[in-house]
Parts: sequence; C-alpha cells; structure tokens
Amino acid sequence: MPLQLTKFLFAKTLRLVLLVAAVATLSFVLVSRSPIDPVDAYVGAAVMKISPEQRQMIIARWGLDRPPLERFGRWAAQLAKGDFGVSTIFNEPVTAVIAKRFVTSLWLMVLAWCFSGLLGFALGLIAGAWEESPADRLIRLYAYTMASTPTFWVGMILLMLFSVYLGWTPVCCAWPPGLSAEQATLWQRLHHLLLPAVTLSLIGIAQITLHTREKTIEAMRSDYAVFARAQGESPGGIVCRRALRNVALPAVTLQFASLGELFGGAVLAEQVFAYPGLGRTTVEAGIRGDIPLLLGIVLFSTIFVFTGNFVADLIYYLVDPRLRKTAGGFS
Amino acid sequence: MMTNFLVLDLRTRTMMVIFGCLLLFSGIFLGAWLYGEQGQTTNLPLRKLPPGWDRPFGTDWLGRDMFARTLKGLRISLEIGLAAATCSASIALVFGLAAATMGRLVDVVVTWLCDVGMATPHLVLLILISFACGGGAKGVIIAVAASHWPALTRVIRAEVMQLRTSDYIKLSRRLGRSSAWIARHHLLPHVAPQFLVGLLLLFPHAILHAAGLTFLGFGMSPHTPEIGTLLAESMRYLSTGMWWLAVAPGLTLVLSVMAFDVLGNNVRALLDPKTLRE
Repeated sequence: MPLQLTKFLFAKTLRLVLLVAAVATLSFVLVSRSPIDPVDAYVGAAVMKISPEQRQMIIARWGLDRPPLERFGRWAAQLAKGDFGVSTIFNEPVTAVIAKRFVTSLWLMVLAWCFSGLLGFALGLIAGAWEESPADRLIRLYAYTMASTPTFWVGMILLMLFSVYLGWTPVCCAWPPGLSAEQATLWQRLHHLLLPAVTLSLIGIAQITLHTREKTIEAMRSDYAVFARAQGESPGGIVCRRALRNVALPAVTLQFASLGELFGGAVLAEQVFAYPGLGRTTVEAGIRGDIPLLLGIVLFSTIFVFTGNFVADLIYYLVDPRLRKTAGGFS
Repeated sequence: MMTNFLVLDLRTRTMMVIFGCLLLFSGIFLGAWLYGEQGQTTNLPLRKLPPGWDRPFGTDWLGRDMFARTLKGLRISLEIGLAAATCSASIALVFGLAAATMGRLVDVVVTWLCDVGMATPHLVLLILISFACGGGAKGVIIAVAASHWPALTRVIRAEVMQLRTSDYIKLSRRLGRSSAWIARHHLLPHVAPQFLVGLLLLFPHAILHAAGLTFLGFGMSPHTPEIGTLLAESMRYLSTGMWWLAVAPGLTLVLSVMAFDVLGNNVRALLDPKTLRE
C-alpha cells in the first residue's frame, strides 16, 4: 500500500509541475501581448510629467527593452529559483506581497469555507431526507436563487443593511483605520471579517446544498435505506445512522474542489468591503498593470486550486476502500 | 376529457415556462429599445429621487432614470452573455468532437488544455485575459468568451466517446455505413441537444462573470451602463442612503440570470427522451 501511495504522490507532483509550467508560459504570452503599456499604467496620471529619459530608465530597469523570448527565459529561470520578481506598485518582492495579503484573505476564506460547508451540508441533508416537503422546496429555492446571484451584489445589500443603516458592522477594511494588523485585537478582526465572510458563505452554500441533496436522495432510495425503512426507522434516523457516512465523503471532497470559486468570490467580496486581502490585490495588479504581481498571483492561485483538488483526491484515496483497490482511479 | 382541460400536463407547463422566459428577454430588449437614450439624459431638478409611480427604480445623482439605465445595462449584459456563450460553446463543440474522433494525440492535447483552462480560479483567468486584451468592452467580451469552454468540452467529448463505443454504432459500421453517414444520422441527433442545452446553461455563467468583471472596473466606460458598471458606480452613493441605486438593478439581474437557468433546464427536460414523457 505505501508503494501505491508514493506512486500517487509522485504522479500528482509531476502533474503540478507540468500544470504550473503550462500556466506560466500561457500567462506570460498573454501579458506580453497586452497593448497596455506597463510604464504608462505604472506612472498613471503623472504620465505627462516624466521625461523620455526617465521613461527609458524605467524600461531598462524592468528589462522591457529586451526581446520577449529573452525576458521569458530570464523570468522562468528566476521562477524556478522561487523568485517571482518585484511588484511595481508595492515596490516589494512579489512573494512578500502575496504572503502578507494571503494571510489576510485566509482568515476570510477559512471562515466562509467552514461556515458554508457545514450549513450547506446540513441543509442538503434536510432537503434530501424529506424530498418534496415544504422545507425541501424552500431550501431548493434558496440554493437556486443564490446560484444566480452575483457575490458582489449580496455584499452590497448586506453592507447597506448592516453597516450603513443599522451600524452594527464597520464599512471597510480588515481592522480599524489607523492601526496595523498586529495592533488590532482578535475581536476587532472578527468584527471586520463578519460581513465579507457571511457574503461568501451565503453564496457558497448553494452548490454544496444542491450536491448533498442529490446524494442524500440517492442514498434514501438505496437498498439499505429501504430496508431500514421497512424495519420502522424514521427518515431522520436513516439520515443520521446510515446515509450520513455515505453522503459526507462527496460533500467534503466537493468543498475542497471548490477552492477556485472561493477565491473568485473572495476577490469580489474584498472589493465590496475594501478588505485588503489577496483578491483586492489581484484587482489592483490588473488595473494598474503590475505584471510581475499579476503573474505571481495567477501562479499562486493555480497552486491554491491544485492543492484543494489534491486534498480532495487524497481524502477519497485514504477513506474510500473501493478506490484503493482499483489504483486506476487516478490518472 | 373535460377533467383534463384545466390540469396542464408537465409538457405543456414546460413549454409555457420556456415561452415565459423568452417573453421576459424580448421585454428587456424591447424596453431598452423604447427607452432609447432616455437613461443618459441628465435632469438635475429630478436627481436623487426614491422610487415612485413615475420612476419605478428612482433616479440617480444626475437625475437619470434608473429604470431606463437598468434596462439598457441589462440589454448590454445579455448581449455580452449571448456573444460569449455562443463563442465558448462553439469552441467546446469543435474541441469535444476533435478529442473524441481524431485519435489519441488530439485527445491528450484537448484534455490537457481543459485542465490548464480550469487550473486557475475563473475570475483570476478573466482578469488576466481582460488585461491581455487591453481592457475595455472588447477585453470583457473576449475574456468571457475565451474562458467558458472547458466544462462543456468535457461533456461533449464524453458523450461522443460513449456513443462511439455503443453497439448500434458498431453495428452500423459493420453494415457498411461511412463515418460521415454515422456522424450525421447517429451522432448528430445525440450531440445537438447536448450542445443546445450546454449553450443555454452557459448564459447564466457568462452574464454573471461579465457583470463581476465590469464591477471590478475592468472594461466598460461609464458611458455604456453595463449592469456591473452601474452597480460599481452606485457603491459610492450607498453610504448616503440611496439604496434604490443598488437594490432594483441587482434584483433584475438576478431574475434574468435565473430565467436563463430555468430556460436551460426546461429545454433539457423537453429534449431528453427520459424526462420527455413524464
């Protein structure tokens, strides 16, 4: 068995390397074809104030006067050493910017991820166990509505309701203005985190609920559930004692496999609440033409999504005995 | 016979739902056309009015009628969604068919492209492509059109692969039918509904992603009031209590996206022989 696990891990690592290489190459081609001039984007409104000599200096410093292929070679060589270059808008190494911003985002994502996962799972179980009941209809209506609702709009409505009208939650940022991240207390951080996390959760619940509902219905129609029913077990009992274990595994793996959507949702939620996380940094990098940072975030988020999928596969591998026997389950 | 007169069967109901959705969309287009430029004219005496009978969505900080602007924005969103979804679905059709029929190498390449296309969070990919196209409306459309194909490609590829190994197609080949004949008479009737439903179900995604991208500030100048731009602009006025700037336009967006979703699912129910006779 350990040999098989080693093989599995090796195949996954190889896959990650190939994937990152492909994404890196494609994104580099994309950004170098962009008609947006990085110097113009960097200088912004002060574009009339800089002299041609200064412009030349910036171009030479960033190596933009070299042919694209040479630039790509140099960038890739640095990348292989773990050096993502220097962000032009923050004037800091890209890795440092991403690390700092990601920690701030992580608070938000972890909270939303756990909350939406638990609540969505519970709602899906209820809806599936009592199919076509009023509760099921209500839950389904909610899930379908949320699947069609833009994250940012939910954020705006919550912001208006709780921050502007009721004044219960702060209007922006991740900690009180004037303080640094270290000075803010845990309570203050959570207070600022609450609305963005609720926004992400409200949307995130939809997918996991519908998925769990399908699986629960499937389980409720299976032979073992029908047999338990015949012995006089109630629907609730069947769900808790029999279906739960079968339904939990797909739900957990789905939750891990949806990290990409979580990241995308975080970008939108952070924009609404001016939350200084990685999502907002992505938008800034895109709008202000910070190519090294944008490429860094693309690669980082690729690895982030891959990790989620990898954990999902690993859990299946370790938990489900059926898959371990047929090692062909992984490619 | 009389008893069944008022009780509509599922098939008729499905048809009516589809018809209702199409009616909603034509209403949006017609409304946007009738209102014309009215959403762009500033009318300062009438600024910052809450919703009322005359102006169901109120007016903004320049006195522009929000209902007219919303309709116009919705129309632009629907157009982007339509263009992008058609484009993505076409790519998916070509790739899916190629992967399933043109041999092992093409299959490996297409599968790998799908994996790469889905490796990055979708929104990050959209930002990247939009940046690469230099932003603007063009950037948004290209980004949304060029990034929605992987999922549908996988569906079509799997469908065709499964069909190719099915008994009746093997039999047809043994009976001496050419590949072209089989493709036209056996593959097409199966793949066409899948493609149509896939196309319809791409719309909601495309519209939501386009709205998200414009909300973040990529693309669309303030002169083209796409619904995302509209909502991004209203962000600045939320703290002054002008709630109607965000609530009604967002709600109409949600309703139209849901209508597309309902449309897609109903068409699927109608086209799928398993659910057709229910």
